[in-house]
Amino acid sequence: MSASSAFNDEKGGSSSVGEPEYGHDPASGGIFSSDYKRHDDLKEMLDSNKDSLKLEAMKRIVAMIARGKNASDLFPAVVKNVACKNIEDPNQLIRASALRVLSSIRVTIIVPIMMLAIKEAASDMSPYVRKTAAHAIPKLYSLDPEQKDQLIEVIEKLLADKTTLVAGSVVMAFEEVCPERIDLIHKNYRKLCNLLIDVEEWGQVVIINMLTRYARTQFLNPNINESLLEEGGGGEKTFYGSDEEEDEDEEEKEKKAEAAVMAKRKPYVMDPDHRLLLRNTKPLLQSRNAAVVMAVAQLYFHLAPKAEVGVIAKALVRLLRSHSEVQYVVLQNVATMTIKRRGMFEPYLKSFYIRSTDPTQIKVLKLEVLTNLANETNISTILREFQTYIKSMDKDFVAATIQAIGRCATNIGEVRDTCLNGLVQLLSNRDELVVAESVVVIKKLLQMQPEKHSDIIKHMAKLTDNIQVPMARASILWLIGEYCEHVPKIAPDVLRKMAKSFTNEEDIVKLQIINLAAKLYLTNSKQTKLLTQYVLNLAKYDQNYDIRDRARFIRQLIVPTEKSGALSKYAKKLFLALKPAPVLESPFKDRDHFQLGSLSHLLNAKAGGYQELPDWPEAAPDPLRVPEWTKCSSREKRKEKKVEKPFYSDSEGESGPTESADSESDSASGSESASGSEESGSGSESEESEEGSESEEEEEEEEEEKDKKKKKKEIKKPVQESESALKNYELLHRITGEGLSVEYCFSRQPFSPDGNMVAVQMQFTNNATSDTKNLHMEDVKLQSGMRVKEFPEIELLPAGETATAVMGIDFCDSTQAANFQLCTHTRKFFVSIQPPVGELMRPVFLTENEFKKEQGQLMGMNEITERLTLDVKCRNEHAIVQRVTTAANLSRVPCGSDKECRFAGKTVTSGSLVLVTVATKEEGAAQLTVNCEKMVIGTMLVKDILLALTQ
Amino acid sequence: MIHSLFLINHTGDIFLEKHWKSVISRSVCDYFFEAKEKAVDPENVPPVLQTPHHYLITIYRGKLFFLSVIQTEVPPLFVIEFLHRVADTFQDYFGECSEVIIKDNVVTVYELLEEMLDNGFPLATESNVLKEMIRPPTILRSVVNTLTGSSNVGDTLPTGQLSNIPWRRAGVKYTNNEAYFDVIEEIDAILDKSGTTVFAEIQGVIEACVRLTGMPDLTLSFMNPRLLDDVSFHPCVRFKRWESERVLSFIPPDGNFTLMTYHVSSQNLVAIPVYVKQNISFFETGNCGRLDITIGPKQTMGKTVEGLMVTVHMPKAVLSTNLTASQGNYTYDLATKVLVWDVGKLNPQKLPNLRGSLSMQAGAPKPEENPSLNIDLKIQQLAISGLKVSRLDMYGEKYKPFKGVKYVTKAGKFQVRT
Repeated sequence: MSASSAFNDEKGGSSSVGEPEYGHDPASGGIFSSDYKRHDDLKEMLDSNKDSLKLEAMKRIVAMIARGKNASDLFPAVVKNVACKNIEDPNQLIRASALRVLSSIRVTIIVPIMMLAIKEAASDMSPYVRKTAAHAIPKLYSLDPEQKDQLIEVIEKLLADKTTLVAGSVVMAFEEVCPERIDLIHKNYRKLCNLLIDVEEWGQVVIINMLTRYARTQFLNPNINESLLEEGGGGEKTFYGSDEEEDEDEEEKEKKAEAAVMAKRKPYVMDPDHRLLLRNTKPLLQSRNAAVVMAVAQLYFHLAPKAEVGVIAKALVRLLRSHSEVQYVVLQNVATMTIKRRGMFEPYLKSFYIRSTDPTQIKVLKLEVLTNLANETNISTILREFQTYIKSMDKDFVAATIQAIGRCATNIGEVRDTCLNGLVQLLSNRDELVVAESVVVIKKLLQMQPEKHSDIIKHMAKLTDNIQVPMARASILWLIGEYCEHVPKIAPDVLRKMAKSFTNEEDIVKLQIINLAAKLYLTNSKQTKLLTQYVLNLAKYDQNYDIRDRARFIRQLIVPTEKSGALSKYAKKLFLALKPAPVLESPFKDRDHFQLGSLSHLLNAKAGGYQELPDWPEAAPDPLRVPEWTKCSSREKRKEKKVEKPFYSDSEGESGPTESADSESDSASGSESASGSEESGSGSESEESEEGSESEEEEEEEEEEKDKKKKKKEIKKPVQESESALKNYELLHRITGEGLSVEYCFSRQPFSPDGNMVAVQMQFTNNATSDTKNLHMEDVKLQSGMRVKEFPEIELLPAGETATAVMGIDFCDSTQAANFQLCTHTRKFFVSIQPPVGELMRPVFLTENEFKKEQGQLMGMNEITERLTLDVKCRNEHAIVQRVTTAANLSRVPCGSDKECRFAGKTVTSGSLVLVTVATKEEGAAQLTVNCEKMVIGTMLVKDILLALTQ
Repeated sequence: MIHSLFLINHTGDIFLEKHWKSVISRSVCDYFFEAKEKAVDPENVPPVLQTPHHYLITIYRGKLFFLSVIQTEVPPLFVIEFLHRVADTFQDYFGECSEVIIKDNVVTVYELLEEMLDNGFPLATESNVLKEMIRPPTILRSVVNTLTGSSNVGDTLPTGQLSNIPWRRAGVKYTNNEAYFDVIEEIDAILDKSGTTVFAEIQGVIEACVRLTGMPDLTLSFMNPRLLDDVSFHPCVRFKRWESERVLSFIPPDGNFTLMTYHVSSQNLVAIPVYVKQNISFFETGNCGRLDITIGPKQTMGKTVEGLMVTVHMPKAVLSTNLTASQGNYTYDLATKVLVWDVGKLNPQKLPNLRGSLSMQAGAPKPEENPSLNIDLKIQQLAISGLKVSRLDMYGEKYKPFKGVKYVTKAGKFQVRT
């Protein structure tokens, strides 16, 4: 890194690169060589294969830098040597760190190298390296936005990744580089939903936020029918079509909801994918990470049917126990939510009660929430609580409380009078701020229905004798002036008193006295003409020029003289125009057009890089999301599957480690291994149980377990088999079998009792009218060396039923048949199983380099090459992979070129490597190469694959 | 996401800065100082500030501000939660999170920050993973490091972040295998003048200290799990098992961690362990007031209440106090106007009492509100909600671990209005 910064500095301060430089040159030693040449020389040295040359070149460059020479154009070559070497390190952590270092160099000149490194790392076999590649994407993007298209390709590739480690990081890259490319998500939507619970916390937040946006573009508004009803209806009115809920409670709720709604209106059917998202995010409400909880909460708020949104309230209330910054953000969001969905927080009303030790900003927010939650039923409790708050020593908070009371009074008609009375009492408060705030709020309340409250106005008029707070006096005077018609008798008297004390009043009060005088003069000039004149005269000689100005202006306006202009005609209209009642509404109203939990929501202003939350579509777009399994057929990175197994995921009833751990301890305590084989024998196909039994069996075999960890590794490495349809072969036709038909297939699962055996899965169907009993095998006839592990006897196969069983056969890497008798309680049938050569192997995972290395050792007689013309339907990579892997149990090897597909496997018995390469050329021409120590196998495999690719 | 981090002490000195992208001038903090000035109280500085070109998200922990600079939209909680995680990590590594400690360990601090964020996005935040890469300082090691010039960066590479169990480091070995669980419950309550409960709930947390060899798979079950109203878990807990069986099944991280937090709602009757009789009054004349507080046991389930402490934020006008405590000591901080009465153990036979007079500033108006009392207490060997751990089972390893569960009840935000 230090070298890199030196280069960086160098570049900044240097003279232009092209400038020729002569002499003093340690690199070339020649006086006449130009700058270019010298660098070419060094470049050549750096590109050479000899470490000594490279080292020498590096030394010279360092010497140049030390002397202040520009070496920036050599930067890529240097980086290639320093970082790239590590990028090919066999240790994944070193590879990852190398990429991290490389991608942190912020110099545009290395963009191409970085791009290459990212691409390489994106198809690395280690998920950790791929994660680092995802992290590097935004770095490169910020360095050179022109790389966007290429980076999107990498993102697309990484989005298809099935490891939890990569998911969060690649979605983060997606959000930074191409958040608008929502189409890239379709294929990966279900996978992301399913992986979510196992992704690390930070990744979860990013994925959930992105999926919220995605869902808004792809699904229908689940509350589409709700919006027709009035707000506050509550209840479970939402219908949703998914019936795949596992949770019983959920199901019950659903049924209720269904029943409630069925009668009412046309059903809205929720897209199962929409349901999947809601279901898979819900457990994350229990996360310890506040950001994750908030992310799920906003997802539910924006996407869930109204009846279900309630679940988030409890979790959000829990966050109020957290740090005050967390409280601050959560309360802001709760405040917004309470406006639209008041009902869901009502049960938690008391959780928003304020403690004297809360910071003021938290108090004010809680107050906001309490105000939003107030309704007819709880208002008395809330007002009682507010009364406590008014006595607080925190005056800003008291002022906010008074405002809150005012809002409750406007919103809930029943308590308006109570509130008003309470506020009027506050007018005698000793604190200036409290009084002022009360007067302001009373003023607002009175403006709504002045005619009803002339007594309060009268009461306030009386207060002028006692209240000294200027702001409050001013407000009262404004009120009396404004509504002087409601208090025709009192108003002139107040003016009289004020005229008396005019000279002693504060400026704001003086202004309002003038104001009052003017209004009274216009409405009741008979009584107040002289008073007004007097006040205006006093004001004329006031010390404050504002007051003098105001007096002069008003006199001109209201007292008609010859000079006064046309305006005086409109004086009454000007002064006594109907003023709109101020609107007392929550500052959080309509804030939910910002995605909740976002920075923009908090600031109520669009922050840079904010992605709008789209409106629901009118009609749902065609679902482009593909089921997760279809992608597996491409078998792009089968090696990941071992990692991808969701240990902790909810979708698995039992998670991996528990299972294996349990069974291990079982067998350790001396349980029979038979249980294991029975388990697999009974045909349970679940990978989970297979694995469990495998571990047991292994333990049986090597009683002395020396290295537990090694075993753990084996357990965790289930070789997942191809999901593409397995080919079924007939063992016994139903006519020959007198009603019993048997089919078999090579399940490609590891046969746990014996690793050298090929698992054969048999399916027995009893087509007869009577039961078949004691189905078992006998009289196995085998070639030397071959072995068979019989399937456990099936005691009863009732008429019309089907049963499956698994047997293992060690074919000794040959395609010779295993012959045996299949016996029932009445009959015996001679049958035989002959494997296709492709089933005699199992996949192994190799990197490209390993593959090449191994291939290099299997040349000559061990290599068979055939030219072929590909079937018309089989000219893309995907089809080739599909066909080869169907023909033979091999795994794909990552490959840099798109013209080549490579596969690797090992024979089951001897473990000899089988390497297959399909190189495609123009117009469907291709070349198939098979490298295998066992020439017979190789030859047969070539035939089979040839057949598969050409037909 | 997170562009830069500034650490600022409460006097307003920036004593550490770290940039994950390009360098941002520390002058950006001026906006924060402005807001801090305005807010007076550090707790009232808005956690999110907008400046012309950046957004500042700040947390206040241990008298320090952790100020992060953001340039584009990011969920604020994401940043806040991360900053707290940084503070937690410092706490975990150095025992406390203060300016002095951070300055003393500045190298480790930078190493940690470098690993925790990559280009502004959280990378390794699990304590187990970090500790494998960067060893926490010990006295011996720091001496050795000074002498040999080596660093405390781990020699071995962390494997934790590669596995499906990123929170647990591999190859854990102990000679004594032990697993301890502390069930700590805090009572949050507001009592009104007459002693009636306005609001009460229990917040519980299970802190674990697990030192077990290998990859143990633990199952912790409760006698009465239905009691728990709302829960949140460490990522290691399998949620599905909780949903279906109400047991905590998990592969624990190595060392100390918070296994779960829970909530027992106010619907269940929350037992209030003490009652408070109080009389605080200020007189219109004479510039003085009286204070009389007595505390007695209420629902203590037969256990002793310890660590009893009463904190009162007096009105500004209270100049000094002249009180007598029948038990324990009291202090009155003239600057902050905080009265602290450290009672200690509560003896039901002889109830502690604090009484005396308060002298007020001459001419100041009588305070309108009586200050509320904040109560602190501790009851050992009791979970006030009645929660009980029934058993802990271990799978996956063969040795017999030593197991222990401890219960403690404390007062949380326990406030008596007067």
